[in-house]
Amino acid sequence: MHSSASAKLVGFLFVLPALAFVLFFVIWPFVQLVGTSFTNQSLLGGGGFVGLANYQRAFGDAQFRKALWFTLKYTVIITPILIVLGFGLALLTAPNTPLRQFTRAVIFLPVVIGLGASSLLWYWLFDEQVGLVNKLLVDLHVIAHPLVWFTSADMALWAVIISVTWKVVGFGMILFVAGIQAVGKEINEAAMIDGASYLQRVWRITLPLNLPIILLVTLVSAIGSMLAFDQLYIMTGGGPRGQTFTSVYWIYQNSFIKFQLGYGAALSVILTVIIFLAAALQIYLTSRSAAK
Amino acid sequence: MTTMSADAPPRATEGRPVGSRGGVHYLVGAVCVFIIALMLSPLVMSFFASIKTADEAQSVPPSYFPHTLSDENYVKVADYGLGLWTYLSNSLGVAALAIVMCLILSVTAGYGLARFKIPGKEIIFLILLAPLMIPYQALLIPLYLTFAKLGLANSLLGLAIVHTVLQVPFSVYLMRNSFEGVPRELEEAAVIDGSTPLQSFRLVFLPLVVPGLVTVALFAFITSWNEFLAALIFMNRETAFTIPIMLVAVRTGHLGAVDWGALQAGVMVSIIPCIIIYVLLQRYYVSGLLSGAVK
Repeated sequence: MHSSASAKLVGFLFVLPALAFVLFFVIWPFVQLVGTSFTNQSLLGGGGFVGLANYQRAFGDAQFRKALWFTLKYTVIITPILIVLGFGLALLTAPNTPLRQFTRAVIFLPVVIGLGASSLLWYWLFDEQVGLVNKLLVDLHVIAHPLVWFTSADMALWAVIISVTWKVVGFGMILFVAGIQAVGKEINEAAMIDGASYLQRVWRITLPLNLPIILLVTLVSAIGSMLAFDQLYIMTGGGPRGQTFTSVYWIYQNSFIKFQLGYGAALSVILTVIIFLAAALQIYLTSRSAAK
Repeated sequence: MTTMSADAPPRATEGRPVGSRGGVHYLVGAVCVFIIALMLSPLVMSFFASIKTADEAQSVPPSYFPHTLSDENYVKVADYGLGLWTYLSNSLGVAALAIVMCLILSVTAGYGLARFKIPGKEIIFLILLAPLMIPYQALLIPLYLTFAKLGLANSLLGLAIVHTVLQVPFSVYLMRNSFEGVPRELEEAAVIDGSTPLQSFRLVFLPLVVPGLVTVALFAFITSWNEFLAALIFMNRETAFTIPIMLVAVRTGHLGAVDWGALQAGVMVSIIPCIIIYVLLQRYYVSGLLSGAVK
């Protein structure tokens, strides 16, 4: 470790480029964002100070409340699905046999493709007329007539959840596999000698020991879902009747479609506060598990 | 052990051959094969749709498998708009710039944080993690206004900067860990031999952190290649479209009718590079994810 005065300076110079980059492209823009949120700036001009008017408007904006509520609903439904399914798949594929390793690799595959591309893929699969989901359900006699997935908000929500689950379930699974593999052989063997069944060992040993990872994946999934945009923009376009706008989508709509940057900025600040709290908890947990 | 039932898959940690409990073994195998088929079928079906003729891809009800093979859809995508190459080169250009910036920023910062006693080091590290706490979705308005002033709207560099913002926390975290993993004895030996910090950085450290560099570059590529929202906002001129934005434009198509075959051909063009890279560099991808779960 270099610790003399000149070494401290050299060390600081090494860190400087990244520090300057983040200050200029993250911290400073955030300060600007807060400033813009107190103005009536639009893409077409303006910029007069309006005090808290944008925030007052945000709390009275029924469509923003609806968007926040929809985002929360989406998050609260998809996060447990990702955790339970991810953990189940991890239990299945954690042992390093060739078939299970291959299964693991295949489940993880959609994680590397784009959410935009996968959403367009599923938009096609769920299409009323040319979509293979309807075709398969009709051929299996599950339904008599093709379903129209995107004219009801609830069905559209489920179409999005199915597609996103396919796309990201491998992310949590991979982290859970690492956690499961890290559980000591001795503990499991001792439990087996004591006559514990497989389910008992999962419930009493594997699950408790993996609680920090489960919490981490829960936070990562929840934060990602609270920021959902691509999948809704592509698959539902916010419809039907504006029922599937998420918070980010509503910010995009106000800022870049209606050109109301001041109002969009206020909405962005509110979103940042929500995400900040969850992310701070995530970093705290990660640094603690890294210190162990 | 007679209480072991069918819902108890055998586990390698039990230290016994998996085949010793036959029934369970076959059940687990069947479940694995079923899951593989389920996960792969959307990709395979999309590929099949892309090699159907345009007419067959539009047919109602649809066919599962192509009756006639055709490159029609791919030809259409290649000729779409200003030509596929325009959008491909935009996407590749943005990704290349993002990779270079991520490498430069994370290598320098990672080395500095791992090997120097800098006052306020942990605070600096926290600032570098700021993009995790301030979502970039919220920064698009100020960045849009700044980029418009700096002439970075519709520019590859501008979008690459946003993509670098996304990757900085993960990249710095990973490179800091990589540098911390280099044995101190090696560095001390280099100092005794009279090398300056810059020399020991270049000659001792860099060669040992190559896996970290590959991982940083890999994640930067995947993130940049796939990123949608910033590209949608900043690249609003057709000459500046990246692949994901082109895909949405293909879907919108002409006169509102979706060209399903061309759309799936476009999806394939977007997906295939990611799959090839994943298959080639899977090891780096998974280890990067595990070490950088902070992301």
